[in-house]
Amino acid sequence: MTEHSQLWEVFVRPRRGLSHTHVGSLHAPDAEVALRNARDVYTRRQEGVSIWVVPAAAITASSPDEKDSFFDPAADKVYRHPTFYEVPEGAGHL
Amino acid sequence: MSLFEYLLRLGDDSLVMTQRLGEWSARAPEMELDIALSNIALDQLGAARLFLTYAGEVEGGGRDEDALAYLRDDTEFRNAQLVEIGDTDFGTAIVKLLFLSAYQNLLYRALVTSGDERIAAIAAKAVKETAYHLDFASIWTVRLGDGTEESHQRMQAAIDEVWPFTHELFESDDVTRSVAESGIGVDPATLREAWEKTIGTVLQQATLETPTSTWKPTGGRTGVHTEALSYLLAEMQVLHRAHSGARW
Repeated sequence: MTEHSQLWEVFVRPRRGLSHTHVGSLHAPDAEVALRNARDVYTRRQEGVSIWVVPAAAITASSPDEKDSFFDPAADKVYRHPTFYEVPEGAGHL
Repeated sequence: MSLFEYLLRLGDDSLVMTQRLGEWSARAPEMELDIALSNIALDQLGAARLFLTYAGEVEGGGRDEDALAYLRDDTEFRNAQLVEIGDTDFGTAIVKLLFLSAYQNLLYRALVTSGDERIAAIAAKAVKETAYHLDFASIWTVRLGDGTEESHQRMQAAIDEVWPFTHELFESDDVTRSVAESGIGVDPATLREAWEKTIGTVLQQATLETPTSTWKPTGGRTGVHTEALSYLLAEMQVLHRAHSGARW
């Protein structure tokens, strides 16, 4: 049966107000079944209130080979962090 | 004693179904289905435990859920024969679950308003679970029925094989009449029309034929069972009978 199945990535929203978070992957022949499989595999202990399933093939991922050009240039740009402002008095909960 | 008998029927349907579904653990076509069928089995077990515990209390003879599950012989079981017949393949398992969950969902929907608070509470919990069982069995019936030539043929064979055993689910007798009259239970005959409609829709979508056979095996509610139940019980009960009172 596995030859009819494709891989799906599963995202679960743990509670209202939080974002969907990637929790893992599974096999299913189509989206409807994938959603039900996700319900059984990933939310059987009340882990979520909403599920997304996405065909793994639809995800474009950054390549580990591009790590240097993608991420390293950010390493020395400390000025991109909002730490150069005087916090006005009275603004205690920034 | 009608209430006791009625509770045994409700509990035994779920208990025997649990055991059959449990046989798919580690043997389902995919790991995801393995987990799904085990989850469904555990839902059924939860309902069985509540009904059998209550049955033991109603009987007043000091029997608890374990005594009822493990220390009765086949002729004392009150499940419909539908749940005891073996699964020839995954298709049979899905078809049995489709037929049973459609029936149970209608039954529990009606029992939510039972005059007996315990039954109403169990039904309120089980109605959501069986709605999912029905959804799960329906989408797999459609996928396999309207799938490949091989899967279609196997599904039709499974439906033809299991269909005769569905009639028993809707039989009325003194027990169902008594609990229905006192507002505690449901006369199963009243569920038949809605059940046929639900199943008809699913089978049509799955390009499968509703059988026209007229054979109507019966007897489960009075303790007449197929040979399959004896083997099932032997496996289910052996540990408890060999090591009485054993605990995890």
